[in-house]
Amino acid sequence: MQTASMRTAYGEALVEAGRENKNIVVLEADLSKATKTSLFAKAFPERFFNIGIAEQNMMSMAAGFATCGKVPFATALAVFASMRALEQVRTSVCIGNLNVKIGAPYGGLATAENGPTHQCISDINMMRGLPNMTVLAPSDAVSCKACVHWAVKHKGPVYIRILRDGEPVLYEKKEDVNIENGNRLHEGNDMAIICNGFTSHMALQAAEELTKEGMHVTVHDIFCIKPIAADVILDIAQKCKRIITVEEHNIYGGLGSAVAEVISQSRPVPLKIMGVNDYFSDSGSHKDLLERAGLTVENIIRQVKDFVE
Amino acid sequence: MEKDIQFLKDTAKELRKNILKMVCAACSGHPGGALSAAEIITALYYGEMHVDPKNPQDPDRDRFILSKGHTCPVLYSVLAMKGYFPLEELQTLRKINGRLQGHPDMNKTPGVDSTAGSLGNGLSIGIGMALMAKLDKKSYRTYVLLGCGELNEGLIWEAAMAAAKFKIDNLLAIVDYNRLQLDGTNDEVMPLEPLADKWKAFNWNVITIDGHDFNQILGAFRKAGETVNQPTVIIANTVKGKGVSFMENKVDWHGKAPNKEQLETALREIENDI
Repeated sequence: MQTASMRTAYGEALVEAGRENKNIVVLEADLSKATKTSLFAKAFPERFFNIGIAEQNMMSMAAGFATCGKVPFATALAVFASMRALEQVRTSVCIGNLNVKIGAPYGGLATAENGPTHQCISDINMMRGLPNMTVLAPSDAVSCKACVHWAVKHKGPVYIRILRDGEPVLYEKKEDVNIENGNRLHEGNDMAIICNGFTSHMALQAAEELTKEGMHVTVHDIFCIKPIAADVILDIAQKCKRIITVEEHNIYGGLGSAVAEVISQSRPVPLKIMGVNDYFSDSGSHKDLLERAGLTVENIIRQVKDFVE
Repeated sequence: MEKDIQFLKDTAKELRKNILKMVCAACSGHPGGALSAAEIITALYYGEMHVDPKNPQDPDRDRFILSKGHTCPVLYSVLAMKGYFPLEELQTLRKINGRLQGHPDMNKTPGVDSTAGSLGNGLSIGIGMALMAKLDKKSYRTYVLLGCGELNEGLIWEAAMAAAKFKIDNLLAIVDYNRLQLDGTNDEVMPLEPLADKWKAFNWNVITIDGHDFNQILGAFRKAGETVNQPTVIIANTVKGKGVSFMENKVDWHGKAPNKEQLETALREIENDI
């Protein structure tokens, strides 16, 4: 599979958006070389603000920018954007329903070797709990760009969970990406896998392997975790009767929980939630950490087979 | 000028009365830190800021952030007196379906420029507004009123560093230095001194005044307006509960409403300058 860097896509998308819209400004917390907001800084230095290692100040300043009609993209590692500055995101941004966008690279286990202080498996849960907040999690570089452009058009706070480098490319062009409803990566009636982020390409591979064995699995890539496309989820539940969710996040509070909230209240079907089983991981390669969490093609295939009626 | 000062003094009296009446009607709220800021707020809204109550969203207006949001009765009172909404509405403070929330809400109350309440956020928001004025080449100024207890928050000092970095000279921070916070004096809870030196060390222009003296307040505003390439903070020495003998310097009146009898006494004292 061809791969591309999501964080680079984020930086490039900011430049594209900044060219079209003079109100786009970018705030950064001393990680522009890692988050790739350096691309925006180079293109539009007068609209780039490096706040230093002070994420709380960055979020409240972004709120101030937004009150003046700007579209600020406040950028920090996912773990700090969602947790160090959570209170400012809630109070300064969300209560006022201000038009602040939060770009959060290095979501999930992508900061692998840096250890659990930098890994981020609770951000979706934190952000989902905030009224007015829209929560996006693209799965490749193309959908990452689509999310940035969608966020510019959307009025109100948006959190975009971005990964790092080397993510397999799932989409040809950003127009192919359906942010609100998600995209169908594979069709089948035997079971459904609902996934997001780095796990989406794994789920697709698993479905392709299972097809060879005569099992037909739907794979649906979700970008917008909140508000989640309830109709789409319910259609999938009706058609496939069993759902497995896969995500690079704690099994509590993320995509699996969002799907459970929908189906349990309208069309209950058996559900299995795959993710990080409520533990802090260690330093190690991204691949090793994913394996420990059971987030592999092989394990997805195994879980699907075990889950057959 | 003497006449102007007398007008401001009379206005501050009205402001204090409105604060106490609304907190009494709500049966809860924070009178102490609202009373200590009465002269500062009066001077801002009647002698300094360019605002139009008929056009509260004017993009060119001066901005005010009450970062010590719990003292919002002082803000609501001045906004009502300026005509942003009817004076009678002050009686709806903290009541269901009302526009006057327990802490300021920019989307509910006309004239409120920033939601506030969780302490420490207002200076950062104000810096954001001031920076955008510079980016858009607009001449509006941003004013942020901070509580002294609020300075315990680390975020204030993140913002202080940023304001100096970006040379925010179109923002004025004012510390309502009444030296009391909820649990006791600043010294008991978290000592702030040497406070002026702290701000100076963060590369701010510091002006220390008596926060109940209109001549000093207006003089400080003037000096701040003349300062370029550097942010200014006014450290305004004030008395918590100012104007009401039984509330002055009493920590118990941080967050307690007067009953009807206490209200009558307080209103009488304010009227007669006791």
